[in-house]
Amino acid sequence: MRSQGIWVIAASFLLAMILSIVALPDFIPYEVGYLRPHWVALVLIYWIIALPYRVGIAVAWVLGLGLDVLLGSLLGQHALSLILVAYIASSLYQRLRMFAVWQQSMIVFAIIGLNQLVNFWIESIAGTSQWSMWFLLPSVVSALVWPWVFLFLRYARRLFHVT
Amino acid sequence: MLLLSIASLGLLGVDHLTDMLGEARSILTLAMTPIVIIADYPSRSANVAQEALASRSDMRVTIVDLQQRLLLLQAKTEKMAALTAENNRLRDLLGSAAKLEDNVLVSELIGVDPNPARQEVVIDKGTQSGVFVGQPVLDANGLMGQVIEVSLLTSRVLLVSDEAHAVPVQVTRSNLRLIARGAGVTRRLELNHVPDTADIRAGDLLVTSGLGNRFPVGYPVGVVDQVIHDPGKPFASVTAIPSASLARSRHVLLVFTEARLTRDIAPESDGQP
Repeated sequence: MRSQGIWVIAASFLLAMILSIVALPDFIPYEVGYLRPHWVALVLIYWIIALPYRVGIAVAWVLGLGLDVLLGSLLGQHALSLILVAYIASSLYQRLRMFAVWQQSMIVFAIIGLNQLVNFWIESIAGTSQWSMWFLLPSVVSALVWPWVFLFLRYARRLFHVT
Repeated sequence: MLLLSIASLGLLGVDHLTDMLGEARSILTLAMTPIVIIADYPSRSANVAQEALASRSDMRVTIVDLQQRLLLLQAKTEKMAALTAENNRLRDLLGSAAKLEDNVLVSELIGVDPNPARQEVVIDKGTQSGVFVGQPVLDANGLMGQVIEVSLLTSRVLLVSDEAHAVPVQVTRSNLRLIARGAGVTRRLELNHVPDTADIRAGDLLVTSGLGNRFPVGYPVGVVDQVIHDPGKPFASVTAIPSASLARSRHVLLVFTEARLTRDIAPESDGQP
C-alpha cells in the first residue's frame, strides 16, 4: 500500500504540540491552566485508531521526547507516559473503532488519566510536584474535547485521503 | 514497547541523577525552537495589534509620559555614578575591594510553562548571547529568577516563586539574613526559619544578600506582606510579595557580573538549582 498524506499526520501533531504550550493571556487566572486538554495524546489516540499500521509506539516515543523538551520535564517522562497511551490504544483499536464517540470518550478519559498518573509519579519521585487532585483534571477535559478532535481529524483524514 | 519503555526509564534515571544529557537536551531544544516561536505568535501579534490600534492622542500621552520618566531616570543615573565613585573611594580607604558594576542583556519572554504548578518561563536568548546556567534574571522592579537550562537560541528561567527555588535575602531595615522560598504561586514568597524574636515586620524590603555566590548583592526580591507569630510553632510564618511582576513582565534583564565574565563558564555546585 502506498503511503499518502504523511504530512497531514505530521501537521496535526505539530498543531497539538503548539496548542499544548501556547500561553494563556495574562488576565485569565492561572488555575485555568489545569483545564488544558492533553492535545498530543488525543491526536495520538486518533491516529492509532485510524491508521494503526502507520502510527504506533515508536511515534509516541519520539513525540514524548519532543514534549519533554518543550515542557522542560525530565527527558523520558512524557516519552514513557505516551508509550503507555500508544500501547493501550493500539491493543484496543479494533474495539474502539466500533464504539460510539461518547463511549470512546470514556476510554480516552481512562487512558489519559493513566497517562497523567504516570507523569505525576515521575514528577513526585523527581520532587518537582506536590500532591493535589488537580492533575486528573486534564483527563476529564480531554474526554470532553475528544468528540471534536475525533470529528475534525476524521474530516481532515478523508479530505486529504490519508491512508 | 518494552525496549522503548526501558530506554525512557534509563533516560529518566540519567537525566534525574546526572548532568550528562545537557548537551543532547540543548540540541533537541534547538530543534523544537520553531514550535515555541509559533506558539508565542498569538500573544505577540495581540500586542502588536494593540499598538497598531492605539489612537494618536493615546500614543502622544504615552510618549510624553515616557520622556518625563526618561529624564527623571537620567538625572538619577548621573547621581548614581557620582555615588558609586564616592562609594568605591570610601571602600578603597577601608581596604575592601571595589564594587563592580553589573552588565545586563535585555531579553524577551517567548514562552510560559503550561503547567500551573510550575513557575518557569522561556526567553529568547541562549548560549549564542553568552547566557549560562545559574545566571540571575531581573525585570524592571526586582529579581525574577535564574536560568536553569540553555540552548543555542533560547533558555529556560526558573522564577523565584517556584516551589523548587530559594534565594538568600537580607532585610534592608535590620540587615537580618534569611532565605526566601517560592510558594508555587506568582504572588507569594515564604521566608524560612524566621525566629519569633527576629526584627521583621510587614512592609520590610528584602534584597538579595549575595550569599551563596549565585545572585549579586542588593537587588530587590520582595516586600514582607505579613508576619504571623504562632505560639505553637517554633518559627514565625512570614510571607512576602515578589517585587518583580512575575506574571506580567515581557522583557527581562540577564545579569552578567564582571567576575563571572572573566572566569570560565563552568557549572557551579553550590546554591539552589
